[in-house]
Amino acid sequence: MWFRTTSPTDTRAFAAALARVVRSGDTIVLTGEMGAGKTVVAQGIGAALGVAEPMTSPTFTLVNTYECGDLTVHHADLYRLDRTIEVADLALSELAEFRGVVLIEWGEAAISEIADYLEVHIDVDLDDDEGAVREITIETIGSSWDRRHEALSAALEAWS
Amino acid sequence: MMPADVVGPDTVILGIETSCDETAAAVVMGGNDVVSSVVSSQIDVHAEFGGVVPEVASRAHLESINPVVRRAITDAGIDERRIDAIACTVGPGLIGALLVGVSSAKALALAWDVPFVGVNHLEAHLYASFLEDPSLEFPLVVLLVSGGHTMLVEMRGHGEYQLLGRTIDDAAGEAFDKVARYLDLGYPGGPAIDRAAAAGDPEAVRFPRAMMDDGLNFSFSGLKTSVVNFVRKHPDVQSVDIAASFQHAVSDVLVHKAMKAARQVGATGVVLGGGVAANTQLRADLQTACAEAGIGAFLPSREMCTDNAAMIAAAGWHRLRALGPSRLDTGAFPSMPLVDTGIADG
Repeated sequence: MWFRTTSPTDTRAFAAALARVVRSGDTIVLTGEMGAGKTVVAQGIGAALGVAEPMTSPTFTLVNTYECGDLTVHHADLYRLDRTIEVADLALSELAEFRGVVLIEWGEAAISEIADYLEVHIDVDLDDDEGAVREITIETIGSSWDRRHEALSAALEAWS
Repeated sequence: MMPADVVGPDTVILGIETSCDETAAAVVMGGNDVVSSVVSSQIDVHAEFGGVVPEVASRAHLESINPVVRRAITDAGIDERRIDAIACTVGPGLIGALLVGVSSAKALALAWDVPFVGVNHLEAHLYASFLEDPSLEFPLVVLLVSGGHTMLVEMRGHGEYQLLGRTIDDAAGEAFDKVARYLDLGYPGGPAIDRAAAAGDPEAVRFPRAMMDDGLNFSFSGLKTSVVNFVRKHPDVQSVDIAASFQHAVSDVLVHKAMKAARQVGATGVVLGGGVAANTQLRADLQTACAEAGIGAFLPSREMCTDNAAMIAAAGWHRLRALGPSRLDTGAFPSMPLVDTGIADG
């Protein structure tokens, strides 16, 4: 699925719409180059799920955890990790099991370890002089996400 | 429980820190006399212990913790029976990493029959400056800038803090790291930008100063994106000029807000902490601004600014004196805020 947002505020709104399809136990992998807006998407999803405080970048802390009602949002960033053995130590799939939602930036290194996830890939539109437009590609991996394909395209129709 | 009046200048505390990358242990006497301080990256744990040491994650802490604690005690030249209490970071940080330190600290406290004191890592950073200058007078404003944190804290007294402002997205140190990697200047990013900037023109590019007149919070995500956009459009501009201009923008915002905070609370001075405190321009700019304002600028050494266990022991000494030991069923708190520490006393 392919979408387009026109500003960070619009990207946040897109992420909030996506969050309506998100459930406890989900993992969302965010990919895209530096400055593409991975953290903005994570913040948009988190805020829509009920995270009240500012969600800061987990690049150095590796995983930031937010309790919101019945749900725990884990915001991870694998930018500093190079090796699969280090990624395994973070036990990201176990975090999702306990009423968690796991958002992983620079998540490419974790993909081989996860059976079910939604991949959100963000590209900067280089034709836009302001550098504000983003092209977002979403891919469902595994049966849990495959079943939500229609719900996703309905929720995100405004940006398609 | 250890009565407050026995916690004094002779009280020896073993500090343990495992909240993020560094495994660290230190022996501190009387809250500010650093007898020994060991950080895992300084010693060759690999040679001492064998096996592979990954940069991060709990496995590394597990392999380093015993050699690092042993080294801290050996370096201190004391018998372990001289240790009066064990202080350890209980949060914030990675749960797996924190648990290695917390479990070791509790096990040692039980084995040696001494009190265990849970310490907030952020609170400990505030105490790092007191290790080098115990004469600091309250109220103080602490500007804590590292890879994981960017915050302004008012310190009114021991144990009395108020968070005045924080980053709402990226930490300043993270922006340094990512811009350095984008410009291909090397790792770690902070020193790499610092070196490159020395040869560049800080006025070459006017990068945005976010939220300048907007309270005491910070935002560095837009600056990072702005550097990326600029380089994409102007591939011919020298990276030393970009580095210098970027560093200038970060320092401007940090110093502007720190001075604003100092005026707001009537601080006697501004204390710098965290890894970014090593940045040459930030140190110079803060010193100039504080001199102009007629208040103190306290710039601790790099060893005390970055993660270490001496600050944990120092904060532990103050906590033990004010509140007594922590319970042995105190857990680890990955998202522990600076204020409202959640450590159970008694």
